[in-house]
This record gives sequence, C-alpha cells and structure tokens, in this order.
Amino acid sequence: MRLEEIQPRLAAKFGERVGALAPANKDAFVPIQAADIVEVCKFAKEDPDLAFDCLMNLSSVDWPKKNQIEVVYHLWSYAKRHALILKVVLDRAQPRIASVESVWKSADWLEREQFDLMGIQFEGHPDLRRIMLPDDWVGNPLRKDYAEQPQWHNITTTRDNSLEGYVRLDELKKKAAEAAAASKKEMPS
Amino acid sequence: MSKALEIPTMDMENKEVLRRIEISGDMLLNMGPQHPSTHGVINFLVQTDGEVMKRAIPEVGYLHRSLEKIGERCTYNGYMPYTDRVDYIAAMFANQGWAMAVERLLGMQLPRRAEYCRIVACELNRISSHLISVGTMAMDVGAVTPFPYALREREFINDLLEELCGARLTYNYLRIGGVAFDLPTGYEEKVSTFLDHFEKILDEFNRLITYNEIFVKRLANLAPISKEMAIDYCLVGPNLRASGVDFDVRKALPYSVYPEFHFDVPLGKGEVGTQGDAWDRFWCRVEEMRQSCRILRQALAQMPKEREIMGKVPRKIKIPEGTEAYSRIESARGDMQYYVVAGAGENAHRVKIRTGSFTAMGIIDTLSRGLMIADLVALIASLDVVAPEIDR
Repeated sequence: MRLEEIQPRLAAKFGERVGALAPANKDAFVPIQAADIVEVCKFAKEDPDLAFDCLMNLSSVDWPKKNQIEVVYHLWSYAKRHALILKVVLDRAQPRIASVESVWKSADWLEREQFDLMGIQFEGHPDLRRIMLPDDWVGNPLRKDYAEQPQWHNITTTRDNSLEGYVRLDELKKKAAEAAAASKKEMPS
Repeated sequence: MSKALEIPTMDMENKEVLRRIEISGDMLLNMGPQHPSTHGVINFLVQTDGEVMKRAIPEVGYLHRSLEKIGERCTYNGYMPYTDRVDYIAAMFANQGWAMAVERLLGMQLPRRAEYCRIVACELNRISSHLISVGTMAMDVGAVTPFPYALREREFINDLLEELCGARLTYNYLRIGGVAFDLPTGYEEKVSTFLDHFEKILDEFNRLITYNEIFVKRLANLAPISKEMAIDYCLVGPNLRASGVDFDVRKALPYSVYPEFHFDVPLGKGEVGTQGDAWDRFWCRVEEMRQSCRILRQALAQMPKEREIMGKVPRKIKIPEGTEAYSRIESARGDMQYYVVAGAGENAHRVKIRTGSFTAMGIIDTLSRGLMIADLVALIASLDVVAPEIDR
C-alpha cells in the first residue's frame, strides 16, 4: 500500500483526529494527536490492510524555539511491506504520552531510551527507568538546553583540552618575539 | 599522610531495577560488566534458582558515548569518523547509513563506481563481522579451536581493507557523495584470490563446527524465537531471518546497486531443531558469508571502468532546517536506520541511530526465563550483540 492510500484509511476511521499527509519532507508523515496514539497504533496493527506488525523506530526531536517535543514513530509492516511515519507534538515543559508497549513489545526499550535521553514520560510503561545513564543522573542529554553536571560520584565529567599546552607554548613564543622586537627598537641603529 | 583514595561506588541498594523485582529466596548474580562472554561491557542481573534462571535483566549503557548528541554538534562531514564507533566490528555499514541519510537530504546521485566501491567494502566487512560472530559464538559454548580459525580469515580481510582505506577497524572510508579512495591497482585480483581461498574455508568451517555433532546438540532447540515474537520485538538481520521471516533490506527495499546482483537470502529452517533456535542463527550467518562472496564476485566482474568516485557535493553542506531523511541499510547486525533532521546551520538538528543490537537486547529478558545460566552465554552470542552498538 502506498502512503497516499494509508492516510485516507486512517482518516476514515478516526476522522478529524488524524492530520493530512505532510509531504514537505523527504519522507511524508501523518500527524496525530497525543491522546489518540494507542488507539491509532492498535488500529494500524490490527487492520488487515494496514497490518503494521512492527515498530521499527521511535525517536523524538526537541524544538526549543517552538516549545515542542516531537515524538516520531516509524512503523513497518512485514506482511504488506509498507511503512508509515506518525508524528505527535508534545508540550516541552511536560512531555507526556501513553506508552505503546501494549501494542508492540519493541516499544519497551525504545521508549525507555527516549525517557532517558529526552525526558518524555510514557504513561503505562511497565518498567520506565533510565537505560543508558545511571539512575541518579540529572538531566536529559538530548534536550537542546542540557547542561552536564560537573561531577557524578566524584568522577569529573570534564577534561582539560590537550591542545591547551600548545596554546601556552604559542603564547610564550609570541611573548619572546615581542620582547626581541622591543629590544631591537630600543637599540640605536 | 596521603589522603585515602575515594573510590566511586554505585549504590547497589538503591538501584532502580532492584526495587522493581521480587527476589525473595533466590540468588541474585551480577554477570558482567567485565565478563568475557558478554561481548563487551554489559551487565546482566541474573535471578537464579540453582542453575536455572528465573530471569536475566540486561543492564546496558556502560559504553554510552552520546553519539547522537555529538551528531548534533558536528558538521555532516565531520560526523563520519564518529559513525565508525557506532559499531566498530562492522564500521563500514554505520558509515554507509550516515552517508545515505545525508545524500537523501541533499537529494544526490552517486557515481556508479563509488557505489561499487562501497559494496565491495561493505560485503568484505560483512564477512569479517560474521567471522567474529560465529567464532566467538563457538568459543562461548566451549569450542576454542574455531575461534582462531575464524580470526585468521578475518586477518586477510583486515589486510584487504587496510590496503583500501588505511585502517583495520574504524575505516572512515565512505564520504558523503562517494568514497575516499578508489580501489588500488590489482585490488580485484587480490580480493578474488581471497574469495577462492575463503569459499573452501567455509566448507571446512561447516565440517569443523557447524555440523559438528557436539555443537549441534549444544545449540539445537536452544532459545527458539518464533516468527511473531521476532517481529514483535523488532529483531532484524540474521536473527530475524533465522526465525523464518524472509526479509533482507538489500532485497526488499533495494538501495545502492544491490538490484544488479543475484544472491539468496538464507532463512532458518529448523534443520536440526526448532526454527529460530540458536543453531539457526549461527547457520544463517555462515550462509550469509557465502552469499557475500557471491555478491563480491559479481561486483568485481561488473566494476565500472570510469574512475569517478566522488559525486558533486557542496563544500559547505547546508540543508533547510527541519528537513528529514530516513535511511535503511542491511548492516551485518541487520536493519540499521538513521533518522536525520537537518538543523539551521551546517549540522544536523537530531540524529537517531537505530541499531539491531539494541532491540535484540530487549528480547533477552523474556527469552532467558527458564534457561540455564550456561545457555544465557550461548543466547547472547547467538543474537550477535555488540555492546557499542547497543549503547551508542
């Protein structure tokens, strides 16, 4: 099925709640409401013509200027060999969305990753805890305004730039050259 | 008096995962993070009753290098060496995924010779990656001999790739819009000499280990994954095909010049046990090496003569903000996907790398229930998880 056929099928079921196909990008996507995510995903999986049996990828994009976080679902159907991209826009201050773990098991780890790195709360997730970072880490690194904590359990998170030694040498050389030039000026010709 | 060194410790008592599982009366073992058979730095919290596991909870993240964040700060070209580190055993594919995603953003076509160079490099890399996988898997279940045999063959490929791009592990060979170097003179002959030698070795390898009775008995019927389960957990690559799902990105969604080659997609049939068991996954990798040889032979024979290896790429790559591209390639560990959103300047706004090992790790918790501890090692090896690819 082509994407132009998939979108009307979703729209026929959910009406206004499913947005029009947005082909502005290289891959067209279907925008939907955050509240409908589980319902739409269930329908996409169970409908025999759509049969999206696999959640391939779940990512999120931070847009601080628009004060939004986009959650992007890449669905794939092994039975029908077609793909669909769903996009949900969340509020940046409180990103909350229902978990689709009940629809596809692969969402378990993919959602945990986004929870950890982007700080999105997936409601109804059975085991929502940090996956990449330690449990007591502060902040979500993939946010655009993320500032790293200087220390974690006495381990520093910053390191001296190894090039700084060279910069210092350069400065010494410069100073020496300036001093030489100055002494030359003072000497009578 | 010198000050006593303060050793940083992880507060085990307060570990989030321990608060969530019920241990009452069972033994809780830490397998890893420094365990020789976990294929990198992964920790498994094994809840066991004697030799039988109740569950093994994978704890990953020890190798997290925040590659996705780095991708937001580098220029498109500058990110290429970092992609090597996504999966250092099959670095060529990570290169290719990134290159293809940015090429899609630019909407550009490659010179045919560049595509062929890529395929030669990638298929050589696939063989070397699978050699590590099958070698270490044999070693993990107790057969030490096949491992040096596999690594010996891998050395030949390392030499070939070193001649091509100067590196033996992190190649940084691909460029956005082409490849860095053309094939050296006489490279075709060298590769075909290697292939002549290697195809014989594959048969020998099959005799030595794949159909070895002890090996078959050890792995047959071990941790079978059904078709539905494999799709539900989003397994990809050889793991998926071992469960009998006929899907290869090179065939199903052809990219590069793969449609010009004839090759088969080996599927697990449950030859010695159940479909989708650990032996099927092993066998799939061995057969894939044979198919890679076939592709390599065709690629060398059809190699275009005009020596153009770089397409026209702007010196400064600038893409309108918010443009997105998605690339899917068949890496050695399966369907590798890059989701790239372009930023305002010369770098990306968001890079998401979806790798095969990450989702493969997600299935271990479910599969491990009721397995023996010794089988966990075989299960991890059969899924061919590579730690840096999980954590990125």
